[in-house]
Amino acid sequence: MTRPALTHDVRIIDTTLRDGSHAMGHRFTEDQVRSTVRALDRAGVEWIEVSHGDGVGGSSFNYGFSGTDEMDLIAAAAEEAGRARIAVLLVPGIGTADDLRRAHAAGARMVRVATHCTEADISPQYFEVARELGMETCGFLMMAHRAEPKVLAEQARIMVDAGCQSVYVTDSAGALLMHEARERFEALVAEVGDQAWVGYHGHQNMSLGVANSVLGQQAGVRYFDGSLCALGAGSGNSPTEVLGAVFDRLGVRTGLDVASLLDAAEDVVRPYLPRWPKMDRNAIVQGWAGVYSSFLLHAERAAARYGVPAQDILRRCGELGYVGGQEDMIIDVAVQLAAEEEGTAPVDEREKEAVR
Amino acid sequence: MTRQKIPAAIVGPGNIGTDLLAKLRHSEALDVRSVVGVAESEGLARARDLGLRTSSEGVDWLLAQDELPEIVFEATSAKAHAANAPRYAEAGIQAVDLTPAHLGPMVSPAVNGHEHAASPNVSMITCGGQATIPIVHAVSSVTRVPYAEIIASIASRSAGPGTRANIDEFTHTTGQAVAEVGGAERGKAVIVLNPVEPPMIMRDTVYCMVGPDTDRAAVTESVHRMVDRVREYVPGYTLRADPQFDDPAPEWGGNGRVTVLLEVRGNGDFLPPYAGNLDIMTAAAARIGELMATARIGARA
Repeated sequence: MTRPALTHDVRIIDTTLRDGSHAMGHRFTEDQVRSTVRALDRAGVEWIEVSHGDGVGGSSFNYGFSGTDEMDLIAAAAEEAGRARIAVLLVPGIGTADDLRRAHAAGARMVRVATHCTEADISPQYFEVARELGMETCGFLMMAHRAEPKVLAEQARIMVDAGCQSVYVTDSAGALLMHEARERFEALVAEVGDQAWVGYHGHQNMSLGVANSVLGQQAGVRYFDGSLCALGAGSGNSPTEVLGAVFDRLGVRTGLDVASLLDAAEDVVRPYLPRWPKMDRNAIVQGWAGVYSSFLLHAERAAARYGVPAQDILRRCGELGYVGGQEDMIIDVAVQLAAEEEGTAPVDEREKEAVR
Repeated sequence: MTRQKIPAAIVGPGNIGTDLLAKLRHSEALDVRSVVGVAESEGLARARDLGLRTSSEGVDWLLAQDELPEIVFEATSAKAHAANAPRYAEAGIQAVDLTPAHLGPMVSPAVNGHEHAASPNVSMITCGGQATIPIVHAVSSVTRVPYAEIIASIASRSAGPGTRANIDEFTHTTGQAVAEVGGAERGKAVIVLNPVEPPMIMRDTVYCMVGPDTDRAAVTESVHRMVDRVREYVPGYTLRADPQFDDPAPEWGGNGRVTVLLEVRGNGDFLPPYAGNLDIMTAAAARIGELMATARIGARA
């Protein structure tokens, strides 16, 4: 499958309405989706990702139930969009091919298939379905800090051979330092760059999402993810409005109107933010210890429920090497920490206060 | 006086078939006499070393013998089992299907094993199903469960190419079995592959939605009882903690939730202990085979 031609120097995919779903507790309303899509469309964003934070089919005990059925949100987004088109995320093992077919029927035209960075060989089944549906395809190699550049490039090859048009270095933990990001960009561009686009999905846990995007552009990366007001898991994603402004200053054409992006962030998204994603202690611990960003709110809830510090839960998750999808292990870790501390260490009341 | 054992065969001499053979060697009801594959392999050589009859000519060879097995364990692929199943049925051979083909009724030994001991073909569902469905059943047998969800985490090294190419079938079949066999009104299943080194031992989490007035003590007791039943055939099946109860919440439709955290450590018969997912499949299949064999012996007595 050939990759699509680029309309501009780089392609910005906005994930406010997907990665942002984590920060919203998966409770986006149809009105919020419609107003956000309108604003992004006006700013010239070509692709807007909409789905449960953990992808289609993510509504569950483990990841949080959707407040509004994501298929209704996808349909509303598709209806509202003028030029922009709608993308969805699918995590094999969580979402199914049937979920993807439903999303396509609701108006989605791109799927981003996300696997842990060493497990790309569970993705081909879904690229095949996407091809049958005529959807554009991206592959997400999540927790990219957990694989050496060479290994990551081999995994990218598996996805591209399965028909994936763009493979992402997905820094789910916001853990990649600049030289680590660059090594991975270069390895992927060398391995698949003549056939597929290379993408970068950043998180701000170490404050490097935008900086790594700039390095990526220099290294040949052409797809970049962002979220308005950084709305996303952990301390959020590379802010789309900052990406727009920075690339504009660099003379890299994105097709985005920066002033409209700033309006979208300030006037549309900011009013509905439950809290501005920020680099607080827990989020920094995620980047520092290499923990999947969407564990944040789950860890804070478990901290309140079991009276143990969220940062300790997150650090333990990092030590044990848990990957995306293992949110149930947060409960397990909290139960174990509580048992270890029983009758000894005092409970950190500030953690309870933080999520109250 | 030794009772006569029921002759059996294993089709598919890979890791699963070899581990199953190790478990059945000491069976008092089953006598595995032959192991077949479709090519010469280490697995066949191992079986031969144990004194078993082997062939690389597959089911054609098996069914051409004068003495046929009465029970066959199939550890090949869904496609192969779909092709072989009618031939076993025609020969009057009961089949225990460890592939994802899902032709016969779905069984979990601790839940409905006895009900299907005479069935011509049974499906062992999936590894995640074997690990979690008994718990869903334990909860649903004391209180109504409108929805159950299971998360199975396995070591990457324990997931073979077949599992990897068919993740979608895993999630479908397991979710369906959580409802049909587990007794929940709706079911959902998630599988996660984790490459951490040293490999993680299989972990499973079962979430059940339960009413606000659920008798928590009764649920806890039922779960403990069920864990003991599964431990009869999977000794490494353990609770990480007592069942965890969460109070009713509006986003759960006013229902509460019980969470059961499980670890499945394999027996290490042939496969490494971290591969509890494979161990629980072979252990459950061996258990069902024994139930079938015992029923056959009983019918003759």
